[in-house]
Amino acid sequence: MMMTGAKILMECLVEQGVDTIFGYPGGTILNVYDELYAYGDKVKHVLTSHEQGAAHAADGYARSTGKVGVCFATSGPGATNLVTGIATANMDSSPVVFISCNVGETLIGKDSFQEVDITGITMPITKCNYLVRDVNKLADVVREAFAIARSGRPGPVFIDILKNVTADKAEFEPLPRSEHFSNGSLKDLMQRSSQNFQPPKPDDKDIDTLIDMIKESKKPMLICGGGVVRGRAQDEFTAFAEKIDAPVAITLMGGGGIRGRNPLATGMVGMHGTKASNIACNECDLLIAVGCRFSDRVALDPKSFASQAKIVQIDIDRAEINKNVKTAHHIIGDAKRVLATLNERFEQQHHDEWKEYVFSYPRETQYDECEDSLTPKQILSAIAELCPQDTIVATDVGQHQMWAIQHFRFDYPGQLLTSGGFGTMGFGLGAAIGAKVGNPEKTVIHITGDGSFRMNCNELATEEHYDIPVITFIFNNKTLGMVRQWQTLIYDKHYSQTTLTHGPDFVKLAEAYGLRGQRVCTEEALRAAIKDALEYGHGYVIDCVIDTDEMVRPMVGGGSHITKFIV
Amino acid sequence: MSEVRRQTLAVLVDNEAGVLSQVSRLFSRKGYNIESLAVGTTTDPNVSRITIEVMGDDDQIKLLSNQLGKLFPVHSIKVLTPEKSIRRELVLFKVRAATGEKRNEIIQIANIFRANIIDVALGSLTLAMIGDESKNEALQKLLEEFEVLELVRTGVVALERGQDTIYDETKEKGEFNYGKNVL
Repeated sequence: MMMTGAKILMECLVEQGVDTIFGYPGGTILNVYDELYAYGDKVKHVLTSHEQGAAHAADGYARSTGKVGVCFATSGPGATNLVTGIATANMDSSPVVFISCNVGETLIGKDSFQEVDITGITMPITKCNYLVRDVNKLADVVREAFAIARSGRPGPVFIDILKNVTADKAEFEPLPRSEHFSNGSLKDLMQRSSQNFQPPKPDDKDIDTLIDMIKESKKPMLICGGGVVRGRAQDEFTAFAEKIDAPVAITLMGGGGIRGRNPLATGMVGMHGTKASNIACNECDLLIAVGCRFSDRVALDPKSFASQAKIVQIDIDRAEINKNVKTAHHIIGDAKRVLATLNERFEQQHHDEWKEYVFSYPRETQYDECEDSLTPKQILSAIAELCPQDTIVATDVGQHQMWAIQHFRFDYPGQLLTSGGFGTMGFGLGAAIGAKVGNPEKTVIHITGDGSFRMNCNELATEEHYDIPVITFIFNNKTLGMVRQWQTLIYDKHYSQTTLTHGPDFVKLAEAYGLRGQRVCTEEALRAAIKDALEYGHGYVIDCVIDTDEMVRPMVGGGSHITKFIV
Repeated sequence: MSEVRRQTLAVLVDNEAGVLSQVSRLFSRKGYNIESLAVGTTTDPNVSRITIEVMGDDDQIKLLSNQLGKLFPVHSIKVLTPEKSIRRELVLFKVRAATGEKRNEIIQIANIFRANIIDVALGSLTLAMIGDESKNEALQKLLEEFEVLELVRTGVVALERGQDTIYDETKEKGEFNYGKNVL
């Protein structure tokens, strides 16, 4: 059938099962939006206030549903506004397909209005990107892009389509998704990257070596990384942990990879890790990290990190092996599959003495007691108590993020949405909106700080427009808390440019956007507000006043030894 | 840790626009300077072979080739150690030859090095030399006595000695493909 490029694009999206798109229209992408108009019954489009919000929303949608998120933007500033969102998705391996249109062929390379080389810009922050100059290649590119985004280690893929391509016509044959691999450019890619169409099995010898190591180990320790979450391998991982009978430290991205309440879990590891996690990493004799790249926020000092132990990495990405920390052994493969294979191959182990030793260290965070304002602990306890157990939590970046992740016990992959690798302030609100759109039956809350919230609070308009009931909790300490904490501890209390005493009135701001807002200073008022928000069923902002000098504890300085706690 | 030295990577890639910049940008964003680069098609016109030389120790080269393996247009990578590979580079030297005497001296040197004289003018000679770095450098040093007016190198190309090739299936290659697997 002959179709325009715009229609081919929409057909390809429908073919991929896309029913939600986040985006923002503009001059060059008009043909696509015109076609989208006709697809209104199949595809829902969420118009955000800013392209960055759309990028985070598509990312939050992808992380929470496990499906590929889709985001549209126009050329030039529309495309560059996506960049922070793309980098965020890239660092946290989130599968999102970003689609923008560029100026037409006759205008390319002439510094035309709203022209930018976005494929050049996004090259280092995408898994793969494409510039489509020929309508005959469009369907192939879209099919390849989705396959790449969701396969292997997932990640963002960018497609830039010239405006004339969206108007040009080409022959389009609909193909069910299962047949994409045996047709077109994907067929070539498949033939090159694998001998057959079955995903390869983890190497038998590698598995055997690890099993010998497990049997020899007296003090094993596990790290649950983001790979367990992305690979939705929570059941296999939990079974593996229970079978080895080892304590489990959880990275920031690994939240939900094993139930936070599992008796083996020792909480977060790394810079703001619990004493139990960090000390166990430092004293174990075998450290098995699944889907974890030992970032500098986890390993801190790569040379001394678990240097007494044999470190084993299980990862889908060959390039992560030995990248940050030298390992003794590795297995390449999908976490779910590798762990399932491992679980079949060894007997139940017992390490009671070792576990008891590890669990003798605190697995919880300690907070300062504070009389005249709310404490983070009070806020988080109230949320945990009053919100449903399966509430999706989106955070921004800073102290509130650490507190929330230390405090909440996540139950399943996709329950925690946080910018771990890139540390993007302003990620949370967009991500929460995306998550709520993808999971309408679940309660979605957005935990933020006054600094982070100010970055992208314009998306409250999106909440109101589509009546997306996200509850925002602002941990309002009138400062950039995490930076202030560093200034307090490391920079002689020089509070350089971190004071935010002149911010807006967040309650009035919420009301201005047509949402309900409340400022709370006591636990009682907070609980009343949470109940009101859950009942209200529309967008809600709760401005929680906390002390300016509240700190995230414990803390290990960047690049230090993992047990060298400075607070 | 092994010493930092000149290392050679052979990379097979899709012969498409933008692939070379993708590969070269990877080096710059990981903090490496490309010392030498040569690109050309292979027996398959859809596949190009890039030979890259960078300074690094063995671990760094391993990590670099791991990162290269992640790029979708990259088919396979081989680290070619100097001991196990043959390496050649073509260098053209334009050398000042002010007098007949000087010209003769240069021609003699060229003969010893088996370099070809490819252009002769009244005041200059142009030599084409094919060899590995040490040989080319030795020639360059001698020619500098006469003043090298201009010099151009193609970049080193290298092949493994013996019958092993970059097309051989290895466990590592399979592991990269796992990461790229699109099922």
